[in-house]
Amino acid sequence: MAFIELNGVTKRFGAVTAVDRLTLGIAQGECLAMLGPSGCGKTTTLRMVAGFEDLDDGEIRVGDRLLSARAKNFYVPPEHRNFGMVFQAFAVWPHLSVFENVAFPLRIRKLPKAEILARTEEALRHTNLLSVAAGSPNDLSGGGKQRVALARALAIRPDVMLLDEPLSSLDPHFREEMRFEIKDLQRKFGFSILYVTHDQSEAMALSDRILVMRDGVVQQIGTPIDVYRAPANRFVFEFIGLSSFLPVGLTPEGMVIAGQHQPWPDGPPPPELIAAGKAILAFRPSEIRFTSEGGLRGVVERKAYLGEIIDYRIDVGGSEVRVQRPRRDPGPNVGEPCGLLTASPRWYPA
Amino acid sequence: MSTTILPGAEKASFLPRVGTAQILLGLSIGILVVVVAVPVLLIFLNSFWVNGQFNALDVVRVLSRGETYEALLNSLILAGGVTVTGTIVGTFFAWLVSRTDLPFKGLMKVLFLIPFMLPSFIGALAWKMLLSPRAGYINRLFMDFFGTDTPLFDIYSYQGIIMVETMYLFPFVFIQVSGALERMDPTLEESARISGASLFTITRKITIPLVLPSVVSGALLIALYSMAHFGTVAVLGVEVGIYNIPTLIYEKIHQSAGNFTSIRTATVLASVLVMTAAFILWLQNRVLSRGHYQIIAGKSFRPTELKLRGLRIPLLLFCLAYIGFTIVLPTVTIFCVGLLKTYGLPIALENMTLHNFEYILFEWDLTRGAIVNSLLLGFSAAVITMFAGVIISYVIVKMRVRGKGFLEFLGMLPFSVPGSVIALGTMLAWSGKFGINIYNTAWIILVAYIARYMAFSLKANSAALEQVHDSLVEAARASGATMWQALRDIVIPLVRPGMLAAFFLIFLPALRELTVSVMLYGPTTRTIGVAIYTLNEDGETVYAAALAGVALILIVTGEGLIKRLFKIGMKK
Repeated sequence: MAFIELNGVTKRFGAVTAVDRLTLGIAQGECLAMLGPSGCGKTTTLRMVAGFEDLDDGEIRVGDRLLSARAKNFYVPPEHRNFGMVFQAFAVWPHLSVFENVAFPLRIRKLPKAEILARTEEALRHTNLLSVAAGSPNDLSGGGKQRVALARALAIRPDVMLLDEPLSSLDPHFREEMRFEIKDLQRKFGFSILYVTHDQSEAMALSDRILVMRDGVVQQIGTPIDVYRAPANRFVFEFIGLSSFLPVGLTPEGMVIAGQHQPWPDGPPPPELIAAGKAILAFRPSEIRFTSEGGLRGVVERKAYLGEIIDYRIDVGGSEVRVQRPRRDPGPNVGEPCGLLTASPRWYPA
Repeated sequence: MSTTILPGAEKASFLPRVGTAQILLGLSIGILVVVVAVPVLLIFLNSFWVNGQFNALDVVRVLSRGETYEALLNSLILAGGVTVTGTIVGTFFAWLVSRTDLPFKGLMKVLFLIPFMLPSFIGALAWKMLLSPRAGYINRLFMDFFGTDTPLFDIYSYQGIIMVETMYLFPFVFIQVSGALERMDPTLEESARISGASLFTITRKITIPLVLPSVVSGALLIALYSMAHFGTVAVLGVEVGIYNIPTLIYEKIHQSAGNFTSIRTATVLASVLVMTAAFILWLQNRVLSRGHYQIIAGKSFRPTELKLRGLRIPLLLFCLAYIGFTIVLPTVTIFCVGLLKTYGLPIALENMTLHNFEYILFEWDLTRGAIVNSLLLGFSAAVITMFAGVIISYVIVKMRVRGKGFLEFLGMLPFSVPGSVIALGTMLAWSGKFGINIYNTAWIILVAYIARYMAFSLKANSAALEQVHDSLVEAARASGATMWQALRDIVIPLVRPGMLAAFFLIFLPALRELTVSVMLYGPTTRTIGVAIYTLNEDGETVYAAALAGVALILIVTGEGLIKRLFKIGMKK
C-alpha cells in the first residue's frame, strides 16, 4: 500500500477546475516529481497535501492518517500534518537568525532545550550551515537561504517532504549542487518527497517517478525513462525532452509531404490515422540521422554549433524539422539538400 | 528512519481554520461598523429620511436655502482656488528639486515638506495677526509707513483663505510629483532624445504626459482636504461671513442645542461632504490605476538635470524666500505674540514676558487640562487604532475567508469620511439614542478619533503586511505553528515597524486636532486645538498664541523623535 495516498482529489477555483480527480500513491522513501507548465495544477496539488487548500472532492491520507476528506468536511490543519516544506521564495524569516529559523518548528513543539539544540545542530550540519548559524539569513545568498529552509524542514525529521519549486529561484550552478544535496539528504533520512517543478531535467535527475500534468489532468505517471521513452501522448512527448513535429498527409501506400509521396519512415502508422488521411510525425532531434540518398528529403536552413552538438533546422516540404548530431559527425551545410532517417518516430493525430 | 510523532501532532480538528478566521473577520467588521459605518449611516438617515419617509426633495430644499447654498458655493470656490494654486506651486517646486541643478536640493526637499506637520489653523492664526486689515502687524507697518488708511492685504477674504490653505496643502502635489519625476525610468526620456527630440519637446511630449497622473492625483487630494477643511475658514472666514461646509456644520450644531432643523441641515451638508469625498477618491483611484504602472523603473536612475545656469542663485533665493515667508514668518509670529504682555503692543523686547507661557503651562486649569486631554486622547486613540488596524488589515490582506468583500468595503469607508462628518455622526450615535450617552465626555472624542484615524492605521499596516510574503506564514504553519502562533512569532514582529508608524501617524496629528474635537468638546474636555481656537475667539490672543507655540514645540519634538527612531530602525 502506498504511503501517501490521493484519492479522486479535485479542486475548483470558480469555473476553473485546477485539479481534476487526481488519484496517486507515493511509496515510503519515494521521490515523485509533479511536472507541468505553470497553471497545470501541480502547485495546487502540493498545497492540498500540505493543508493550505481544502478539497472540492476526494481525500488525502498519509500512512494510516486521514488528512483531508471533502465528504467528511475534515481537514487536519497544516501545523498538525508534520511535514517538511520548502517554498520557491525561500520563506526564511528575516527577523530570526539562521539558528532560530531552523529551531522554530522544534520550539513550537515545546521540545526540551537540549533536544532542540541537538536537532537544530544536526539539521544545520547536514546542510553545511553550522558556521553561519548565529548570523542573519539576510546575509546569505539565495542558495544559502534555501539551505536554511531545507534545514528547517529537516529539523522535525518529517516522513514527507513537500518541495515547491525549491530550486527555481537559484542561480543555475547552485541548482545542480542543491539537487544532489536534496537527493543525499533523502538517502540519509529516508523521507518521501513530493516535488513540484516545471523544469524537466530537475524532475528527471531527482525523482523515482514523474507525474506529468496539464490543465489539472494527469497525463502520465512513470519512471523518468518511461516518460521519456514511451510518452503517453503528444503533450508529454513535447514537454519531456526536445521534440520536432512534421505534419503529413497519409494514404494507404505512404505519406504525402508538400505534394510529394514518401515511403513510410519506419513502418506504417496505426490504421485509424491512415483513415483520417493526415497525422503528425514526431521525432526526437537526437534520434535522426543524415543520409545522402533517400530518406525524408529536405534542405538545411540553419546550422548552429552548440559545443558538443550541432543543431540543425531542416526545411522539409515547408515544415521545419530540428536535428541534433554530435560535433564529430560532419553533416550537410546551410543550403545543401539532405535526407533524414529516423528510428521509431511517433505518430499523433493531426 | 524512525517515525517521530511529535507532541501536538495528532490534534486534528474539524474545520479549524474557519473558526479562527471567522472570529477575526467578525471582530474587524464589528469595529468598523460601530465606529464608522453606523455614524455615517445615521447621517444619511437623518438627511434623507423625513418623518419616517424617504424624501430627497426635502434635501434639495435644504440645500437651496440661502446659507446652505452659499456654504456649498464657498466650499467649491475655496477648494477650486486652493487646488489650482497648490498644484502650480507644488509642481513647480517638485520639478525644481528633482530635475534641475538647484543647490541644496536635498535640504530643500525636506523644507518643502515641513508645512505638512504644522497645523494650518495655527498658521491661519499667525496670518490673522500679521494681515488682519486693522490690527495685523504687516498692515499696520504698511499703513504707518505710507500714511494711508488702506491695508496692504485683507486676510479675511477668499484670497486670504486660499493663500493660507495653499501654504499647507501644496505638499500633496509636491510629494506625488517629485516622487514620479524621480522614479520615472530615465530611458523613456533618453530614447526620445536619441530619436532627435529637443529638451522642450521631451518635456511636452514625454515628461508631462507621464507625470500628469501624479499631478492630478495630488491635486485631487488637495481638493479633498480643502473641501473638508475647518480650521483656516473658521479663523479667517467666519468673521466676515464666509462659511464653507464644515464651518456651517459646526455653526449649526453649536447653535442648535437639540434643535431639529439645525441638526437636519448639518446632516444634509455632511452627506454632501461624504459623497463629494467619495467621488474625489474614486476619481483619484482611476487616475492612478491608469497612469502609474508604466513609468516606474528599477533602482538605477539618473534623470537628466536641467542646468539653471544664471538662474541657479535667484531660484534658490526664491525658494528660501518662499520658505521664510510661509514657514518661518508665521512660526516666529506665533512665538512673538505669545510672549507679548498684551496683544497689539509693538513686537519689541521691552514688551515681552515669559509670563503667558508660565500661566498656561502651570496655572490655568483650562489650558493645562487641554494639554493633558490631548496627550491622553492622542495616546489612547493611537494605541487602540494601531491594534485594530493590524487585525483588520490582516484579514483584508492575508486571509481568504467568505464575507471579506464586505470588510474591504467597510475598510474603504474611513478614507472617505471627513472629520466634521465623523464628529457629527459620532454625536448622533452616542448621545443616548442607542442607550449609551457619552456626550460631553472625553470618551466620545476618543471614539471619534478612532474612526477618524483608522484610515492611517489601515494604510500603514496593510503596506507592512503586503511586504510579508504569504510563504513566510505558510512556512510557519508547515513547521507546526497554529494561526495564532504564526501571527505572534512571524507576522507581528515583521510588521512592527508598520505598527509603530501607524502609532505616530495617529498620535501626532491627534495632538493638534481641531475639526473633530471642536464639535464634541464639553466643559472639561477641551483639546489643545479647541483651547487655542476658543481663546482666539474670546480675544485672548496672547494666550492662544502661547498655547499654539507649546503645541508647535510638542509636534516638532515628536516628529524629530520619530525621524531618529526610524533611522535607527532602518540601520538595524
